[in-house]
Amino acid sequence: MDRILFGDNQFFGVNHMSEEKARQQGMRFQDIKAVIQVLDDAYAENVKTFMCTTHERTSEICDHFRANREKYPGYKFYPCLPYAHKYANAAAELGMLGAVRSFLPQDNALGALLKGGMSLATKDVEGLAQLLIGAELQMFDGLDTPVIFLQNVATDFLLGLGFNAAFRMFADCVRERYRAEPGFITMNAPRLVKSLEAVGIQNPIICANINKIGFRMCGGMQAYEELITSGRCRIIAMSVFASGALPAQEALEFVCKYPQIESIVFGASSRRNIAQTKQLIERLTLH
Amino acid sequence: MIRTGIVGLGKMGLSHQSMVNVHPEIELKSICDSSGYMLDVLSKYTGVDTYSDYRKMFDRGDLDCVFVATPSRYHAAIVADALERGMHVFCEKPFALEPETGYRLAELAERKHLVNQVGYHYRFVAAFNEAKRLLERNILGEIHHVRAEAYGPVVLRPKGATWRSQKSEGGGCLFDYSCHAIDLVNYLVGRPISVSGSVLNRVFSSDVDDEIYSTLQFANGAYGQLATNWSDDSFRKMSVKVSIWGTKGRINVDRQELQIYVRSAPDPSERMVAGWNVRYTTELTQPVWFYVRGEEYSAQIDHFVQCIKTGTSALCNFRTASDTSLVASMIRADADKARTAVARDAHPSQETAANKPRRRGARSFIRALLGRP
Repeated sequence: MDRILFGDNQFFGVNHMSEEKARQQGMRFQDIKAVIQVLDDAYAENVKTFMCTTHERTSEICDHFRANREKYPGYKFYPCLPYAHKYANAAAELGMLGAVRSFLPQDNALGALLKGGMSLATKDVEGLAQLLIGAELQMFDGLDTPVIFLQNVATDFLLGLGFNAAFRMFADCVRERYRAEPGFITMNAPRLVKSLEAVGIQNPIICANINKIGFRMCGGMQAYEELITSGRCRIIAMSVFASGALPAQEALEFVCKYPQIESIVFGASSRRNIAQTKQLIERLTLH
Repeated sequence: MIRTGIVGLGKMGLSHQSMVNVHPEIELKSICDSSGYMLDVLSKYTGVDTYSDYRKMFDRGDLDCVFVATPSRYHAAIVADALERGMHVFCEKPFALEPETGYRLAELAERKHLVNQVGYHYRFVAAFNEAKRLLERNILGEIHHVRAEAYGPVVLRPKGATWRSQKSEGGGCLFDYSCHAIDLVNYLVGRPISVSGSVLNRVFSSDVDDEIYSTLQFANGAYGQLATNWSDDSFRKMSVKVSIWGTKGRINVDRQELQIYVRSAPDPSERMVAGWNVRYTTELTQPVWFYVRGEEYSAQIDHFVQCIKTGTSALCNFRTASDTSLVASMIRADADKARTAVARDAHPSQETAANKPRRRGARSFIRALLGRP
């Protein structure tokens, strides 16, 4: 994995510290060209991996990269599925099963339709999961997706229920059908890694909040430090600035002191920010 | 270990299940839902005991408490049954569709010394609690105006397929959205003594309301505005915001941050300057044992558990939730009242007390000072 990964919160009006900031960014990036401009800036700074949710608008981004392949040699996408609000809104409107039904393939492929109906009827959760994953990942057809993530709302929800088999289904589907590595985004990393090991998923790729103030690091700083240094998983640190609460130097000094943290994902909306953050990370990373 | 069951496995029921299942002091014994499909999947993959009839689940006699997360219409019967059997109860909001039913259940729970809590999770959001703390310290002086808003993208089409789109089932913006804002106002400022100028309006729905507006009056002479609308998809998800004006300053608060404007700096322990000060969730929110969707969802469950252990009353209980339902029902009743027409031929003598403009002047200031309405 690249040391530096580019995140997508700023593009979709997500800011965990301030709703007002979130709205401003959402407005700025309504035009997909503004999004592409920032991704181009990141690419120019040699940040070539984009970690993004399967938001509807991501498909516009994918269209651009498919149409301009020659401009972006070595570019990688790390899809994160599912886009939770889509499901939450659908569940509120259509009920749980109605929501699932609405996201199964609706197109003309009779095979897919039949399979969906059958899976739903026979409670073939594995089949359903494959279909839903397929539907979520369709927008990335033809693009390089070496790691595919389960979003934290889904991961932690399943983790709490004890539905560990779902992690196995996800991992197997990603490996077998997409020839990619499965990754798991979570706010409860220590607990998650234990559950993954319990279903035979060894050395998983985990993306979790890792920041100096312990913001949304469920289980506590000590448990996270033990996990990081244990070598039981490959770690991508997110929310390293704790959504803006930490100044850049201080935040990155903390994260970079752990050689076991393989990658850092962050979002930014200007070339200068991207360049500065990248330089700081490179300078502070112990070799 | 506190033994619990969950009745109702929709969006909230499943959320609760995932948090309850990993709480170190709770043992999840059983779950119940009308959908055999859900029960089969959950039984197969999580190993929990399942029931399609909550009475049979209760009959087992091995539950100390229960979480009720069915469509609102069924809350009262299930809660009453659980209380009769001596169980502590956590019930989703809105509590009971009729306030009187809610108050009766509150009395029953109180008589039997049972912990009773309702899922108005905004009471567990750190930013709103910080606002409450500051208000209790009189940081804003005398409160004269409150605005509570709730917006979100829930209903954007005429036809809904679930209980949320049917009034008889407890659907509609008033029950689903406005109640959160009303409960927050009750919590932060106090329950209003009257409501006026209420509007229940349909935007897309055919059977229920999509937006609710109302003017609230409080005992100290302050007024408030309620503005709620669940047909606004410029919001990615539900957004609740409260603004409070006092004689010394103003507070804007939402789930993520608290902005406070004070004319002059309060005592140094608050570490505030004159002018605007901001507090973010990153510095206010306490960590929880397990995180799904938001700390407040976990925090409210942990609160329920701690109340059971210590025998104390919940921060958000059947009685406070019935107050919220009461205000909501008054708003609904008020919305049917006649309006004051804007018309040039209205005779001055036809001005009634209801539409006479209220003048704030020296006399009403002195009245307020003396604590008289």
